[in-house]
Formats: sequence, structure tokens, C-alpha cells
Amino acid sequence: MNSEHPEPDCQQERRLQCQSSPWPRGERAEAPRQRAQGEGSTGGAAIASTECVLCGWTPPSSWSAPAVWLEATHLASLRQSQAMEGNPVHRVSAGDAWSSSMHPDIESERHSQSFNVEELTNILDGGAQNTALRRKVESIIHSEPELSLKDNYFMTQNERYEAAIKKKFHILMLAQRLGWSEGSSELQYASRSVSGDLGFAIHHIFQKTIRSLGSEEQIAKWDPLCSKFQILGTYAQTELGHGTYLQGLETEATYDAATQEFVVHSPTMTAIKWWPGDLGRSATHALVQAQLICSGARQGMHAFIVPIRSLDDHSPLPGITIGDIGPKMDFEHTDNGFLKLDHVRIPRENMLNRFAQVLPDGTYVKLGVPKSNYLSMVVVRVDILLGEVLPLLQKACTIAVRYAVIRRQSRLRPSDPEAKVLDYQTQQQKLFPPLAMAYAFHFVANNLLEFFHHSYSFILDGDFALLPELHALSAGLKAMLSDFCTQGVEQCRRACGGHGYSKLSGLPSLLTRVTASCTYEGENTVLYLQTARFLIKSYLNTQKSPGSALKGSLPQSVAYLTAPDLARCPAQTAADFLQPELYTTAWAHVAVRLIKDSVHHLQTLRQAGADEHDAWNQTTVIHVQATKAHLYYVTVKIFTEALEKLESQPAIHQVLKRLSDLYALHGILTNAGDFLHDGFLSGAQIDMARKAYLDLLPFIRKDAILLTDAFDFTDQCLNSALGCYDGHAYERLFQWAQKSPTNTEGNPAYEKYIRPLLQGRRARL
Amino acid sequence: MNPDLQKERAGASFNPELLTNVLDGSPENTRRRREIENLILNDPDFQHENLNFLSRSQRYEVAVKKSAIMVQKMRKFGIADPAEIMWFKKLHLVNFVEPVGLNYSMFIPTLLNQGTTAQQEKWLHSSKGLEIIGTYAQTEMGHGTHLRGLETTATYDPETQEFILNSPTVTSIKWWPGGLGKTSNHAIVLAQLFTQGKCYGLHAFIVPIRELGTHKPLPGITVGDIGPKFGYDEMDNGYLKMDNYRIPRENMLMKHAQVKPDGTYVKPLNNKLTYGTMVFIRSFLVGESARSLSKACTIAVRYSAVRHQSEINPGEPEPQILDYQTQQYKLFPLLATAYAFQFVGAYMKETYLRINEDIGHGDLSELPELHALTAGLKAFTSWTTNTAIEACRMACGGHGYSHCSGLPNIYVTFTPTCTFEGDNTVMMLQTARFLMKSYDQVHSGKLVCGMVSYLNDLPSQRIQPQQVAVWPTMVDINSPDSLTEAYKLRAARLVEIAAKNLQTEVIHRKSKEVAWNLTSIDLVRASEAHCHYVVVKLFTEKVLQIQEKSIQAVLRRLCLLYSLYGISQNAGDFLQGSIMTESQITQVNGRIKELLTAIRPDAVALVDAFDFQDVTLGSVLGRYDGNVYENLFEWAKKSPLNKTEVHESYKHLKSLQSKL
Repeated sequence: MNSEHPEPDCQQERRLQCQSSPWPRGERAEAPRQRAQGEGSTGGAAIASTECVLCGWTPPSSWSAPAVWLEATHLASLRQSQAMEGNPVHRVSAGDAWSSSMHPDIESERHSQSFNVEELTNILDGGAQNTALRRKVESIIHSEPELSLKDNYFMTQNERYEAAIKKKFHILMLAQRLGWSEGSSELQYASRSVSGDLGFAIHHIFQKTIRSLGSEEQIAKWDPLCSKFQILGTYAQTELGHGTYLQGLETEATYDAATQEFVVHSPTMTAIKWWPGDLGRSATHALVQAQLICSGARQGMHAFIVPIRSLDDHSPLPGITIGDIGPKMDFEHTDNGFLKLDHVRIPRENMLNRFAQVLPDGTYVKLGVPKSNYLSMVVVRVDILLGEVLPLLQKACTIAVRYAVIRRQSRLRPSDPEAKVLDYQTQQQKLFPPLAMAYAFHFVANNLLEFFHHSYSFILDGDFALLPELHALSAGLKAMLSDFCTQGVEQCRRACGGHGYSKLSGLPSLLTRVTASCTYEGENTVLYLQTARFLIKSYLNTQKSPGSALKGSLPQSVAYLTAPDLARCPAQTAADFLQPELYTTAWAHVAVRLIKDSVHHLQTLRQAGADEHDAWNQTTVIHVQATKAHLYYVTVKIFTEALEKLESQPAIHQVLKRLSDLYALHGILTNAGDFLHDGFLSGAQIDMARKAYLDLLPFIRKDAILLTDAFDFTDQCLNSALGCYDGHAYERLFQWAQKSPTNTEGNPAYEKYIRPLLQGRRARL
Repeated sequence: MNPDLQKERAGASFNPELLTNVLDGSPENTRRRREIENLILNDPDFQHENLNFLSRSQRYEVAVKKSAIMVQKMRKFGIADPAEIMWFKKLHLVNFVEPVGLNYSMFIPTLLNQGTTAQQEKWLHSSKGLEIIGTYAQTEMGHGTHLRGLETTATYDPETQEFILNSPTVTSIKWWPGGLGKTSNHAIVLAQLFTQGKCYGLHAFIVPIRELGTHKPLPGITVGDIGPKFGYDEMDNGYLKMDNYRIPRENMLMKHAQVKPDGTYVKPLNNKLTYGTMVFIRSFLVGESARSLSKACTIAVRYSAVRHQSEINPGEPEPQILDYQTQQYKLFPLLATAYAFQFVGAYMKETYLRINEDIGHGDLSELPELHALTAGLKAFTSWTTNTAIEACRMACGGHGYSHCSGLPNIYVTFTPTCTFEGDNTVMMLQTARFLMKSYDQVHSGKLVCGMVSYLNDLPSQRIQPQQVAVWPTMVDINSPDSLTEAYKLRAARLVEIAAKNLQTEVIHRKSKEVAWNLTSIDLVRASEAHCHYVVVKLFTEKVLQIQEKSIQAVLRRLCLLYSLYGISQNAGDFLQGSIMTESQITQVNGRIKELLTAIRPDAVALVDAFDFQDVTLGSVLGRYDGNVYENLFEWAKKSPLNKTEVHESYKHLKSLQSKL
């Protein structure tokens, strides 16, 4: 086992990258650079010019906005600055008729605050200065009518696409005016406040790939064209019949030494490039992954820059068949496309040749191993968690929890008025585990990001020791978080009853968007199995030289494999289950047992004579199970460790610890069989854990609204009739429905079909 | 025919036609169903537009058109039997969603159940022929499941002998009724009846909402579409706001309760028949769960047989993804569930018909249990199906996300089943109420019968739940009967725990209602365990009734897989109750993997046996002939976005390039 997997090899990685077809990607290509520069590079704020006398906010010098617009922006930021002084944060837009009056049912929830919401928001933002910057950007974005999301639910696919292009265009103009640099925090916050509903996401992947796989000359030629949008790029890897498995790709690039050109060709139906974003209608150039054939030999996958549309009139170039792949569940703003190449000739210089090149005579020269390629994939995974996956769960929780205090239904006691649905235990059971996850995953994703930066500095120095662990963690956590967030969003949607089915609730769109993350950037089962390989390898390492010095060298996230293990859980009361030490140990125990079990199954099959690969396939179900337990352990541990750092803020620590307890216990109870299996927990202890879990619910109930307020989503960004800050869900629902085109436009079906149906009525009525 | 599918079909251990007959109830049913389906397939009037490429308003228009044609065609083909109408609609409507649907499913039945003979004479004929189109307006924007909370009022005015209907608040606006937004011109409105200064609770009123001839909303009526939804694009779910709107006294449905011309209220006789309608709809929904899940499985299994990916052994050609254990583990338990629900659905339908006959003879004794069981099974099957459809979609990878797969459409059409006709959590708690009642009955020394009779075996001396450990734990994991016993023990244990926790809370809280709320998570668990037991039991019994050996063998494997998978997923319950030992759980997990391998050769035949026409599936990935990729390309090319080579939005790109 060990020898066959010396490290997460390139092959494996590229397979993955292939799976990670470049459709639905958020604004994340800039991430590493932005993070590397630090969060504080605020673009405009440093330039002092017209400082606001009331709040001290300074617009950038390059900013020449009309006075009215300035005023609106200023009002918004003024409200925020008041909020920072301790008042509740009123995140509603200026000029909104309902903004001044709070629904009493939601106001009462905010009356007595057991902790300072603003402080929690600062923690989530990574510092008060980031909160301030984010809000500043949000108020700018929200005061631009072109960037409003309000009509999204009423638009056709065509209109969504056009709007996304328009918005991207608008934000680029804004950025230019305000001095927001490429990859800056401002641009990230801007993207967050329009929910990533922007065009050209893959253009940035195109540019980034050229930077990592291109030679210096190639970068010098293409990079400025990309930055100035003189060309628009896409990244074409996935094919109609091929995803996860890169070697299976069929597109060919055959070198013709006579003309010094590559002939790029789609030999079969299944070879048609399928899914790349920005390809269907926008891109002028595609980075095509194809099998290189030169001097008669196949050299594997390489990347080629292929012009696909005319720079004059945007029409497809000769030999190119191109179009949109048709309607999808979501990502309607992205023109995922298909591309069929019929012996398209491109110059030799269009093959990206940092790591391999073809000489004019057709000689193939390998120049190294593209490890950066591998790293960029890890980055992308880390980045989608923070940019595309987690915020969607946080939004869903905000909407569902707010609506649950507005919605009254049935009575708890016959004499009472109808109760808020959040007071029902079953509703708490639906909403609080996702809420706890929304917090847990915040700390997990940020921890992963830190680990990435830490490893990255070593890797730059040529030390790849941390790479296998980084790879395993990012793959596994991407799979786990996208799975759980998708389930959590759907749970929130259904917890809103019938109204959760209306698009105006915002929840269907959150679901259809987050669910794509389970298959893009690596299909989740494939990713779990990659982590499994790392776990098995690590475990076998511990077995090689029992008790030796090797133990110390186990990667940090699997160090628990050799930690002393208890055979029985020591808990004696329900309260014992509120000790982080106790539940973290319990998760570690189950993870170790399942990993051992996993290895045992594999070895048994091998000893029985099964071929290595068949043995692997016959044990994959248990590998996935073991990996999931491992990842749960990792997330529980990260969450509890993050809380230790917050002990200086006792009120916040207390409220977050309840979420941490709930998160760990919910996992134990839903997987009770795994804990009972070897008698680690007794039946009586499971009952204690259940009691501890149920007792947490009413405590979290008191803080629930504040916990969702702390995510600090603006109403515009939530774009939900049910989840607005002021709680006036019903009025908004009614108002928004009336704006639907079904009400504002005529009803052709009446004239054509209903009227004839109704004929003869007068005779009888 | 795709060679992979050809190979799969040739290698099956049984003839799918025989299994189709089992699912249809008889070979004759299969024959007649196909005959009706062919009427539609061969009729040019029933051309199916590809809904995926239409806007919402176009989809609505197509749905109205289909309904109009359907009325004529059914008359022409002489299709009047309810089952045959169902077959007809299922193929023809694909999503089974039609704007005039509520006219038939709610307006007319309510008229029949609650209208006087005179009222039926006046309204029935014209509504049957769609000369008036009715809908049923119950749910309000702020009120759903809790009927007594509805706010719409109907106040009787004896001077003019009229009712004044009013929506006093925003939350009282009628919200969601299908066909209300644009199609209907009448609605049966549920409102709080006020007469002689007193409120008499909810009653039903026939309310004209649109002017005949112009279709314009009548004065005092605000009506419209509630806007875009997750699915149900074909349906104009609507809102209705009434502003002191007057209707004649005769428009109150008065078969049971009456308001005399002078305003005197006459109480209804006890009426359990409305109960019956509810039971019917819920048992119908169990069948719909089975149908939707079967469709999703058909698509995912066929595509998994056609799709090749990666490698198991280096150097060999890419294998069908159905050969991966993880793929089998994702799909086969769902396939087994689809079969389980098919049989449960059929059982519910039979039981309903049988009990309905009893009710006709005045025997209402079985109604409470049936009511409790339909509520729980509706929730259990729809929750399971909801998750399962999504799992099928994800098992199709990236292409599952495209509408070409048909799976997003199946999901969004199905998922409201979890909240409509009674929110699932509330449904589970209704079943729990029945279980608690039965438990108390046993404790007071009376035996209970039916599906809950296992509660009779709970020896009353066992106070501590842990003591169920003394129950024999000789579960044979290869015997469906023995597994049914195990599920029975689990249900018994969880019912008992919920009952005891409820008692404890009652003692502490001094309020039954608060205690109920604080035990509701346990109560839902108990109901789920009860429903799970019922499903395993019915599936097991069905397998034993099958005569044909090859069919019985394959169904037995599915039944075992269904039962064992449930144990594996809920191992905690079986271990904690000492119903099974740790080593048995390990055996269960091992046996599941063996079953995956055993079912693999029959997988495609098993989904073929559901016998869905390609038009019903609406899926490029799930085509019967397996020619997926060619058709996917053709499908995409038809997308309206590809009508021109250079899209009109090019202007934005152009200006971007010039300004930066």
C-alpha cells in the first residue's frame, strides 16, 4: 500500500483537476495573492481627502460620485458606525418603507442580549477593521441600482446572464474609479455583497493557469491582454464523456512539424468539451486540455491556448462549434458551454511550455513537474469553502431562524396565543444543528486557510513534507463541508414550510447553488477516497515501527492515531458530555476504530488473494465511512480549539461553546451505532448524551436571532422576502409577488385556451 | 441501442415484463395502461414541447393547453375509470401538475361532500365540464397546518341575506392555492363564520372571483400569482384578498351546517367523511413517493451503466461506473426503497378502498388507525424520497445538475410533498398521538389491534427501557421475517421510551401540552420507527405472495437489502436496544456488500420493470436506448440560447473591451 502511494502524486491530482471542471467557480482565483498581501490592504481608505465629520469615513480620492449618491452611502455607513457603538445593527437599506419599524416578534428577540453581537461579527470578519471595510464596500455596492439582485427571481436564463455581465462590467468600472486592485479585499467583499452573481469567473482561472503553466514569454504576451479584458478566456478540461479521470480525455493536439502548428481536434462525440463556464457565449480564447501527440507518440495532457471567437465580431472561428449547454439547476448567470474542435490549427507557441515543450522539429522535452498546478487546486478548494459554500449555509440559517420567530402556528397551551414556530422543539431540532455547523465550519475553513499559508511558505522553499496532509485535509473537508452545507440549506428551506418553496424566500436559489459544490472541484466520493488513502497510509506508518520515534513525525491532523485511547467513555452524567475533552476523545476513538477496521478489511481481502485494485474497490464503502468519522473528529477539534482562544470574551465564549457542544453531540447521536459498536459508549451513556443535547436547545433558542444577526448579511445580499432584518416577512412577500411578471404582464393562455373552455357557461349560470 | 445496456438486459436473471405485471397488479392492467399510453404517444395533438427551454409563462400556457385538449380527448377515448384517468394523466402531464387540477381534486369533491343537492345541481355539471373552473382556498399567508388559526371571515348579513367575506390582515390573504392566480373563476374559500355576533368556526363558501366573459377580477377581489417557485412552473399558485366582498347566502356549502335566512346557525351532524378525503390524498401521496423515486432510480441506474470513468485495474478500459462499490452503495439501497414504497403504495390504496366500503356501511372502526398510518407513512416516504432523489441526481455527477438529466425537475416537483397536505413533522406527531393512545390503552389492560398490536407484547413490568435487553436477540440476518421482528422490537422500544419520557415531563411540567412539545423529538423518532417497521413488514409479506420464482428471488434480495441497510443506518437503535449484537451489525454490513454484488447484474432490468416511457422520464441520461451523449449534444443545440451564434449581450463585452 505504502509504496504504491509515495505521495499524492501528480497523476492523482490531475485526475482531480479534471473532475473539477471549471464550471461554477466563484471569485477565487485571486485569493492566494490577496491573502498573501494581508487583509489590511484597503485600497482607498488610506487616502485622506474628504473625511466625513460624523463618522470619520473617508472616500477614496479617486472617487467622483454624484452628491446624492454620496449622501445615501454616507447614511448607510453612519448607521453602521452607530451600530458599532453598541446599538443593534440595523442592516436595512435606506428608503425602504419597512426599515424604520421592527416587527415586534423579532424585536423582542433582540431585547436582552446575552453577548455583544458586534463583537461576534468582528470575530467572524477577522477583526473590527475588516467589518468596517466590508460594510463600507457593501454600502457602496448597495447604492448602485445596477448591482441590485432584486429582479433575479423573475429573470430568464438569458436575462440572468446578461445581468451578470453587466454587473461585472459595473464592478470593474467601480474598482477602477475607487482604486480597488485585482485580488483586493474590497473586490472580495464586493463579490460577496452581490452573492457572486458576476460574469467572467473562469476568465480569472484562465489567466491564473497561464501564470502557473506558461513560460515567461507566454505570460508577458497573454497576461496584459487578460487584465485589460482584450481577450476573454475560459478553461476547457471536462468533456461530455469524461470528468474525474484525466487520462480518459479524448481531445487531441497533434504536432505538424511542416507548419510548426498543433492540430487540435475532437475525434468523437464524447470528446466534446462540456461545462466550462464563460465558454457558451463569452470567451474569445480557451485553454484546452488535450492529449499531445508529437512525432507519433502520445505525451499525455497538456494545455493549449486556442482562439475560438473572432475578436472583431465575436463569431465562432472556422472549425469551431460552440454554444451553451442548456438550462441547469442554477448558475443561470454563467454560460457553461460546449466546444467541438474540427482540426483547428494553432501556432506552436500556443502550448503552455513552462514544464514541457515541443521543439520546432517535433522533439518533446520535459522540463519539470508542475507542482504549482497541484497547489492551485488546493487553493481553489479552500477558497470555495469560504466564498461559495459556507456563506450559503449562513444565509439559509439567517432566513430560516428569522422567519421562525415571525411565523406563529398552533398553540403550545390551549390558553396561549399561537406560538412562534421556533419555540417548538422539533423546529429547534431542525434549525440549530445547521446553525451550529455554520459556526463550526467558519472556524474549520479559516483554520484550513491558515494551514495552507503555513504549508505554502515551506513549499516555496522546496519543502514538500506538508503537501500530502494539506492535500488530504483540503479534499476531505471540501467534501464534508459541501455535503453538510447542502443538507443544512435544504433543511432550512423545508423548515420554512410552504413559503420555503417560493423562490422569493431566497432558499431555493441557495440550495440549487450550494448543491453544485458537491460535484464540482472534485466529486465528493472521489475526494473522500483520496483522504482515505492518506489515512490508511498514515495508519500503516504507525504500525511499521511501533513505539519508535516515528510517532512524533505523524502529520498533525492524524497524530491522534497513536494517542492513548480509552476503551470506555468515562462519562457518568449528562453534564459530562458538555466537556470538549470528552467528546473530542469520543470522536477520536471512533475515527481510529473505523480506520483500523478499514485497513483490516483491505488486508484481509489482499491476503485472501484479491488483486490490489479490486480489494480497494471492494472496501471503498468502509473507507468513506472511516474518512467521514475522521473529518468529524477534525472539525470538532478545530472548533473546540478555536474557542479556547476566545476565553477572554466569556459571553461570546459561552454562546459559541453551546454550539460546539451541540455540533459534537448531534454527530454522536446521529451516528450512535458507531459509538455503541465496541461498547465505547453504553446505552445509558447515549441516553445521557441525548439529554445533554436536548437541554442545550432552549439555551440556544434564546440567542438564535442574535447568532444569525452576527453573520451580518445585508437585506440586499440575503435577497429574501422571509429573512429580512426587520421581520416584516408577510408584507414583503405580498409586495414582491405582485411584481412578478405573471401579474404585471398579460395572460395569453386565457384568450387562447381558457376562454374557449369556458364557453357555454352563460346558458347555465 | 447502447451496447452496454444491451449487455445488461441480456444478463438479467429474470424477465422484467413479469415484474412490471406485479407492479401494475396484473398483466391485464399492464396491457390496458400501455394501450392508453399509446393513445397519447401516437396522437399528434399531444406533441410534447421540451419544457426545459420554455419560460415560466410559456410553461403555464402549455399546461393550460394540455388540460383543454385532455378534456376533449378523454371524452373521445371513453376514459372514465379513475385508474385509467390516472394513467392517462401521468403520461400526458409528465409532472402531474395542471392549473385546472384543483377543480377536479378539490373543488368538485368538496362540492360533493359538503354541498346540498341543490348546490350540486347548480354547480356540479358546469364545473365537471370546465365551464366554470374552481379551486380550493384554505391556506393563508400566515397560517397553514393549524386550521383554527385561519383569519378570513365570512359575516352573515340577514338584511340582504348575504355573507361578507373579508381578509382583515396581510397574514389572512389566501396564499398558495393552485390554479388561483390566473386560471380559476371560482374558489371554495374556507373562512371563520360569524352570524348573530358569534363565531362558529371554519366553513366553506363558493366565491366567484373573476367575471365570466372577461376573466377580470370582480370588484372587491384582489387576485394574482404568488410569483416564481422552486418548481411547479406550470402551476399558477395564487393569492386572494377579499375586501368586504358579498356573496349570496346559498353560496355557503350547507350539507352539514346551515345558516338560516334570519341568521340562525344550525350545527352539523358529526361528520367523519372529510376525514376520508384526507386519508385518500395522503395514501395517494405514498404512491407518488414511490413513483418519483422509481423515476429517479431509472435515470441514475441506466446512466451509471452507460457512463465509463477512471479505472479499477490499471491498463483495463474505463469501467462502467455502476461497477464501483461506492456507486452501488449509493444507488441500490434507493432502488430497494423504490420497490418497498411501490408495494406500500399499493397496499395503502387497497386498504383505503376496503375501508371506504366499510365506511359506506357505517363502520368507522378502522378509520383512526388508517388515518394515523397514512399521516406517518406520507411523512416517512416523502422524507426518504426527497433525500433519495437528490442522491440519485448527485450520483450522476456534473450532468445530473443539468436539466437534461430530468432529475432537477423530478426533485423540485416532488419536494413540496414534504410540506403540503400536512407538514411532515406535524404528520409524524399525529401518528405519535395514535401510538401514545394505543400505548396507554395497553397499559390500562386493553388489547390493541392492527399494525400496533406489537404493543400488546410489551410486558408492563418493564419499567426501564434498558430492560428490553432481556428480549431474545436471535435475529437471523438472512431471514426477512426475522428482520421484521427486529424492526418491531425497535419500534416497540422507541414508542415505550417516548411514552415514558412524556409521562415524566407531564409530572414535571403540570401541562400536557408543554410536556408534549418537550417530548416531540422522541415522539417523531417513535413514529419513524413505527413506519419503518410497517414498510419492512409490508415488503416482506409482498415478497412471500410472489409465485414466480425468478421474480421472488430478485425481490427477496431487494427486501433484504432494504431491511439490512436500514439497520446499518440506524445501528445505534438496534445496539442500544440490545436487539442486535455488535458482531451481528458487522455481519449486516458485510451482507449488504454481498447483496450489492448480487443485485448488480439485475440493476438495469429492475429499473426497466418500472416501465416508464421516455417522455415520462423527461431525461436524456435515462433514455431507454442509452444513447446518451449524441442526444445530449442535440438537446443542448436546441436551447434557445443557441439560436444565434453571436449572442445579443455581446454589446457588453464590446464596451468592456473598449473602456478598460
